[in-house]
Amino acid sequence: MGFLDYFRNARRKQKATGSAQQAKERLQIIVAREGGRRQTPDFIPSMKRELLEVVRKYVTVEQDQVNVKVEREGDYEVLELNITLPDEEERAT
Amino acid sequence: MAKIIVVTSGKGGVGKTTTTASFAVGLAQRGHKTVAVDFDVGLRNLDLIMGCERRVVYDFVNVINGEANLNQALIKDKRVENLYVLPASQTRDKEALTKEGVAKTLEELSKSFDFIVCDSPAGIEHGALMAMYYADEALIVTNPEVSSVRDSDRILGILASKSRRAEEVEEPVREHLVITRYAPERVSEGEMLGMDDIIEILGVPLLGVIPESQAVLNSSNAGTPVILTEGSDAGQAYTDLVARFLGDERAHRFLTAEKKGFMRRWFGG
Ligand SMILES: Nc1ncnc2c1ncn2[C@@H]1O[C@H](COP(=O)(O)OP(=O)(O)OP(=O)(O)O)[C@@H](O)[C@H]1O
Ligand SMILES: [Mg+2]
Repeated sequence: MGFLDYFRNARRKQKATGSAQQAKERLQIIVAREGGRRQTPDFIPSMKRELLEVVRKYVTVEQDQVNVKVEREGDYEVLELNITLPDEEERAT
Repeated sequence: MAKIIVVTSGKGGVGKTTTTASFAVGLAQRGHKTVAVDFDVGLRNLDLIMGCERRVVYDFVNVINGEANLNQALIKDKRVENLYVLPASQTRDKEALTKEGVAKTLEELSKSFDFIVCDSPAGIEHGALMAMYYADEALIVTNPEVSSVRDSDRILGILASKSRRAEEVEEPVREHLVITRYAPERVSEGEMLGMDDIIEILGVPLLGVIPESQAVLNSSNAGTPVILTEGSDAGQAYTDLVARFLGDERAHRFLTAEKKGFMRRWFGG
């Protein structure tokens, strides 16, 4: 390896070091901005359970008569809770 | 009840099918009854990588349409006990995988399997959404490269909002990061994103790192999932990955550049 090659290699190495670092920085910015992962707030599953308990204090409902959904519309989320109430007679008993 | 695992990435050609094949083989080798399901309608490939392409008679869409039952469509692997493949259809109708049809098929598979591994197509269209919708866990396959990492972030967002678990407000899909085609020497030269950077950007726990390996191409050519190629680096990395998935402690390997010996440097290794 010649004297000049040594410097050429050293320079190439330095530039390369920059490229992975650059990739990382660009990705961090884009991932933060796109917020690809707006996660459902952690409390929602437990809120769902507690809501069910409250409903069950007043009416007897089966698990499959309750339907919970989170819908996303633009910047906000809608928690949709659908409960099929039992018939009059069943409620009376 | 089976556990449903989707192998997904957003970006194409990053190693989903390669990972699905070795992961499914690995689970079966550990004694779990496993089925690998190809969701890539129109671009069936899992059968080729698993080496059972000549035994495909019926496929996933035939099952959904009631033209065949599951037992007729499932292909039993000849090398590994407990392993089956459900091939994708070559139809060009991407909507052939209906939500109801997929649900029914997975439900039926659930009764007799421990693990259902779903090989997702690339992209974020219907097929990819169907592959992830019913998942309990997800392997996010990522290459150390900007567009792959960004697409993985995108897929993570979709898992967190469009999966059944998200819609029905259950515990979220459990995510695992799988970095494939990792070239340690290029990472140490600063030319390629390192695994720590990728973990930091995506914020998903690492399940395994699969090195860039000639063994993968050889095994695809032969139709033998690389995990069955004993002594291969990628194969060993997949074996470790499966062990970690099942809860074993395994140190990550194949992460550092192999020092080129004097002779190899001289004569070009
Ligand atoms: N660890 C690896 N080392 C070397 N080559 C690899 C590795 N993993 C995958 N490949 C190669 O990359 C290519 C794409 O792999 P594969 O088909 O598994 O990707 P995919 O994500 O399923 O693609 P698609 O999005 O088209 O379904 C194949 O040629 C495969 O041999
Ligand atoms: Mg594929």
